[in-house]
Amino acid sequence: MTIAIPTFNLSSIGPWLTLTVAAILILLLDALSPKGRKAYFPQLSLIALAVAALQTWWLWGQSGTDFARMVFLDNFAFYFYLIVILGTTLTVLISRHYLEEWGKNLGEYYALLLFATVGMMLMAASNHLIMLFLGLEIMSIAIYVLAGLFREDARSNEAALKYLVLGAFSSAFLLFGMAFLYGATGGNLFIGELAGKIKEALPLTKPLTLLGLALLLVGFGFKVASVPFHMWTPDVYEGAPTSITAFMSVGVKAAAFAAFARIMFAAFPAFVLEWHMLLWVLAVATMTIGNVVAIAQTNIKRMLAYSSIAHAGYLLVALVAANQLGAVSIIYYLLAYTLMNVGAFGVVILVGRKKDSYLNIYDYAGLGFQHPVLAAAMSVFMFALAGIPPTAGFVGKFYIFSAAVQAGYIWLAIIGVMNSLVSVFYYLRITVLMYMRPAEADLGPIAFTPGLVAALIITCAGTILVGVFPGWFYDLAVASVKIFPAL
Amino acid sequence: MESARMLVFNQLETYLYLALMLFAIGLYGVLARRNLIAVLISVELILNAASINFMAFNRFLAPTPAVGQVITLFIMAVAAAEAAIALSIIVAVYRKLRSVNIEQATELRG
Amino acid sequence: MLTNYLPVLLYMLIAIGLVGVIVLLSEFLGKKTHTYQKDLPYECGMDPIGDARHRYAVRFYVIAMFFIVFDIEAIFLYPWGVIFKPLGWFGLVEMAIFIFILVVGLVYVWGKGALEWE
Repeated sequence: MTIAIPTFNLSSIGPWLTLTVAAILILLLDALSPKGRKAYFPQLSLIALAVAALQTWWLWGQSGTDFARMVFLDNFAFYFYLIVILGTTLTVLISRHYLEEWGKNLGEYYALLLFATVGMMLMAASNHLIMLFLGLEIMSIAIYVLAGLFREDARSNEAALKYLVLGAFSSAFLLFGMAFLYGATGGNLFIGELAGKIKEALPLTKPLTLLGLALLLVGFGFKVASVPFHMWTPDVYEGAPTSITAFMSVGVKAAAFAAFARIMFAAFPAFVLEWHMLLWVLAVATMTIGNVVAIAQTNIKRMLAYSSIAHAGYLLVALVAANQLGAVSIIYYLLAYTLMNVGAFGVVILVGRKKDSYLNIYDYAGLGFQHPVLAAAMSVFMFALAGIPPTAGFVGKFYIFSAAVQAGYIWLAIIGVMNSLVSVFYYLRITVLMYMRPAEADLGPIAFTPGLVAALIITCAGTILVGVFPGWFYDLAVASVKIFPAL
Repeated sequence: MESARMLVFNQLETYLYLALMLFAIGLYGVLARRNLIAVLISVELILNAASINFMAFNRFLAPTPAVGQVITLFIMAVAAAEAAIALSIIVAVYRKLRSVNIEQATELRG
Repeated sequence: MLTNYLPVLLYMLIAIGLVGVIVLLSEFLGKKTHTYQKDLPYECGMDPIGDARHRYAVRFYVIAMFFIVFDIEAIFLYPWGVIFKPLGWFGLVEMAIFIFILVVGLVYVWGKGALEWE
């Protein structure tokens, strides 16, 4: 018996290898270094992330597959690599001081962050549904632990528990759906070949494929926090450490949408009518419930959680549009969302002061007089999240709703714009509180640390620059969605 | 008698029904049970149902018979990792709440 | 035909012989003291007498978790063992990397003191 060992090129998964090696190195250093010695884990993580970004840049422009067709090499994947690397970098920057306050500046935190990042990249690039599942699990398992990082805090425990139960439940659904697709296609799970196989076997296996598709939708619905699978989001976002909430809201969302979009665009052209109709309903419900419930929130993390649900709704609109502009707008919006949302959470960490003491939105009153620069930065993020020009959030929403109109979903676009108007209310309330209302009490000094300041400068500048000069990012996104011939 | 039994065990449907039953039991367990360990077991049941599906389709439909088996091995490894993390989170919660009842976890409400 | 199984027989003989030598060596070389505690039947560190339905120390669960994780990974060794020859050096290197990552996990667990009994 001989087995043909497939040829492969290690450089095509270079970014994953870099991050994995860095994470393992951090684990070993953490375990072997004597207690109490100061270790440079954040710096090490940042270097690894920078190297991974460079490697991604070198890969840019390649197309095809590698590792026996298991891994896609295309710009769509690479763009998402860059987005998740950006998200993780910003998370590392905002983490350090926050973790030190809680006495949790541990090596495994950074190792798990890097492992989760590798999982996200795997999700964006996998050509095989099982690779996708593995990526999802690598990411999710790392984040279950990170959500429960503050072991002594009951809220963190509860967040980890809820995320774990619903996350495991949803990945089991996803896997069950994959099993049906495996049967319906006669044992082929390559995303790039699914469309052909499904079409071939359609008359015989339509119910089986539909069942698989429905279960996949449920699984992804949980991961991107779309209504009606959103119930876990506010609790988990509120209870988890704030830096991890930021990471979850941008990284998990980007990776899940990358995989979701790739599967929907590449594998299910035979069921376009069915999934468009389903996602149309989900998009409207997600936007509306997210925005309306966010109005009633007084905890800033909970408010941002509902806002994150609403943003998942906008992204679903782009998915339903399913044209070239729609795919471009998913990528562009996730880039913009990464910048503005991590920025907002950075401000939440700063204003929360010691150990998240001040998370109520009324704690922001008077911030504009005490810390004008910080308040200005928060205003930029709030404007961007609300979609007010000239920020990246505005351009992203513009692309999304144009895509919906182009695809003929006029009503969807109208509902989306109306939702944006609703969202202006709760985002601007923060700004109004900061500038129009005096502080109720002296909440103590804010500790500006280099990492957080750097993160805020990057996100603030990024939010504005990506909004004012969208051309370059738009062109890159156009180049990266060329891989979907069906659009 | 012998041939009838062979017929049943040589049919794809038998295994799909078995998987469906496991899936349904798991689904019921996740939704109805309040004990965290029971919920965890139910999730594992769903994963095993998917594994059985993969193996059944693999046996009866797939041209390359190794793939489904490899997938099942991966599912087992992932399930074990998930179970280990789940147990440690449940132990952490138990230390805090002195209970493994899911309804005790009500710190976070909107 | 049966000669095919000669290596298995050899392996069994070596295994039995090795065990025998070790037992005998410890019998001859070791110092023996009998105490009440030592003569009790061994039950994984638990008190063997009493109601079986009492609470276990949480440490057992930690060890059990490590066991699950490290044990399950052995399922990947088995298919590799079946096609060890055809895969050749490639397979060996791959599995060495896999085992190395597991060893990193073990070193981490050890270094963190999770294997200590309080």
